[in-house]
Amino acid sequence: MPNLWIQNARVIDPAAKRDARGDLFAVDGKLVPSLSPAQKKRAKKIDADGLVACPGLVDIHVHFREPGQTHKETIGTGSRAAAAGGFTTVVCMPNTSPVADNAGTIQFINDAVRRDAVIKVLPTGCITVGMKGQALAPIGSLKRMGVVAITDDGDCVQSNELMRRACEYAAMFDLPIMDHCQDASLTQGAVMNEGKVSTRLGLRGWPHAAEDIIVARNVILSESTGAHIHLQHISSRHSVGIIRRAKERGARISAEATPHHLALTDDLLSGYDTNFKMNPPLRTEEDRLELIAGLRDGTLDCVCTDHAPHTDYEKDKEFDYAPNGILGLETSLPVTLEILFRQSKFKLPFVIDLLTRRPADLMKLPAGTLAPGAAADICLFDPNEKWLYDAKKGFSKSSNSPWSGQTLTGRVKTTLVDGRIVFDGKQVL
Amino acid sequence: MPWTRKHLITLEELSLTEIDQIHATAVAFKRTLSRSVKKVPALRGKTIVNLFLEPSTRTRMAFDMAAKRLSADVISLDGASSSTTKGETLRDTAQNIQALQADMIVLRHAAAGSALYISRILDIPVINAGDGAHEHPTQGLLDTFTMKEHLGSLHGRKVVILGDILFSRVARSNIHALVKMGAAVTLVGPSTLVPLWFTDLGVKVSYDLRSALADAEVVMLLRIQHERQLSGHFPSLGEYTGMFGLNKTRASWLNPKAIIMHPGPINRGVEIDSELADGDRSVILEQVTNGIAVRMAVLYLCAGGQPELVMPTE
Repeated sequence: MPNLWIQNARVIDPAAKRDARGDLFAVDGKLVPSLSPAQKKRAKKIDADGLVACPGLVDIHVHFREPGQTHKETIGTGSRAAAAGGFTTVVCMPNTSPVADNAGTIQFINDAVRRDAVIKVLPTGCITVGMKGQALAPIGSLKRMGVVAITDDGDCVQSNELMRRACEYAAMFDLPIMDHCQDASLTQGAVMNEGKVSTRLGLRGWPHAAEDIIVARNVILSESTGAHIHLQHISSRHSVGIIRRAKERGARISAEATPHHLALTDDLLSGYDTNFKMNPPLRTEEDRLELIAGLRDGTLDCVCTDHAPHTDYEKDKEFDYAPNGILGLETSLPVTLEILFRQSKFKLPFVIDLLTRRPADLMKLPAGTLAPGAAADICLFDPNEKWLYDAKKGFSKSSNSPWSGQTLTGRVKTTLVDGRIVFDGKQVL
Repeated sequence: MPWTRKHLITLEELSLTEIDQIHATAVAFKRTLSRSVKKVPALRGKTIVNLFLEPSTRTRMAFDMAAKRLSADVISLDGASSSTTKGETLRDTAQNIQALQADMIVLRHAAAGSALYISRILDIPVINAGDGAHEHPTQGLLDTFTMKEHLGSLHGRKVVILGDILFSRVARSNIHALVKMGAAVTLVGPSTLVPLWFTDLGVKVSYDLRSALADAEVVMLLRIQHERQLSGHFPSLGEYTGMFGLNKTRASWLNPKAIIMHPGPINRGVEIDSELADGDRSVILEQVTNGIAVRMAVLYLCAGGQPELVMPTE
């Protein structure tokens, strides 16, 4: 592997509080402070003039659908979409078919990652057997196979007793628990946010209270067991308030927001477009603004996509019958830049932090840093380039994105994993 | 103004002028219903498919009747006999009906937004005959038509809609039409079935039956839709009747000339006393008859007819 020399970038490394024009160097896939003149001669040079160079983006919430739903996405295609979006490390959810509730399925995923993935893909395992919410999955075996967290994402453990035991048990391994916060009894048949818009459209509403109740439950269980609970895709402003107060007390709670909950609201559902159907649902402008405020003050820790591919024929249905979820990996950076950097005036290094170091640290991943010695996982992007996103021409196997056909600002130009170019701005290599 | 709309999906999107045009056309068609020969040749040679994927008696028969009065050929399909039971998608079913050279589809479906969905796929007109809890535009049109027959202009008229509003497409279509026509609409019922969010549509919400009914000129009752409730929205039908059922005493609070309406099917003894349903003020069966004329108007206009050309004078 040639040595690497990225020249003239605006280097942003939030972990080192670095934001300055400069160069990045790597030898054998690891970042180094500098190259010797001899090394420089043989180095592969990338001119990054006008570009930002930051740690490869990290997403701790994606669905790669393998095993079992490979008509939607595979670990190969999902990882290519991630590379095109500037991501170098992702954590995939265990609601595959079969679900990843046993060591064998994790082994299968790890093998597929080794064989097909162009970036680093890490598995999670289920909290409960079959994701049925009735009995604990073999969490110790899952941990041994390398899961970085456990979660029943897509579902939520309804039994408080079982969740308590999961917390106590996982705390023994210091394994984070990710939770999709949804009280199922409050959301029977629900397909969108409950409010004015659902009332007008005659669609069954998903009240924010269903999220808030489980967020509060998780705060209480985290505080009583000491377990780290990571709250997935927070959508309700009331949940943000609960998390804020919990963090003031020092609870081991972390939380994420998705680009779509930061950018979109439920009034976009007026045309019954199923590319706006996801779970938790898009909420109101007040909720959206509070999520942004939560990221600003640290109540929410990071931005994650909940990348959820579904085929056209699955999404192209009556709204009630279409599956939940949208793509996210190829649009996360421009959408996040638009909302947080340009509209909400967050500093660029802070936005990068939310997409790199913070999610990596939450799951104790060796990623999200440009420190010497770290893997040369790097994203080069032009924060100002406008481009037309066409999901059909994207790298995911599916194309269910509400941003398809829109002009986005901010474009990934190069993604490097271990010092090797995996995306050159046009092709995944 | 010429009629330009191909589909009828919601009353929310219709202008007051368009509602008036449909009503005016329905007046003309209603005259034909009392003739000895009731058929007019307006849609001769056209084929209308009634695709009813959710149970219906009145609406389906009224559309059937309306199409036949217009001399169209009618094919009716229901959920049990269509390919949807074999797993065919709505898109495919609708496209097949179009490929079979139908000229128009009338769709009844349990999912909100389904009529809009197929109207975007097909080239032929789509008439919404009820989509989930969203809208039932022809019902809203025939209800307001019936009100106009009795009250004249609805501007400033006090209309009460009483019952299960949350799950009611009839309520939503009536609300949109009535608000455009300037009526003062109050929704009444148990708070679990009449959320305050409805006020966003330009109506009042009340949980006090007496003050709501006081001096109202129209009271429209809605059936309690047990089938759409997934959890108990109120304790029992008995308690509902006790709190909100329309009986003689409560009817006496209304304006003396008030009319009592119901889109059917009625549950006698639940939302309305049997005596009132059959009484002088009840216009429930007039609504059914008007349903034919209004649907004739809708089919005629959406098939390309113009309001002023309805028929040769007798």
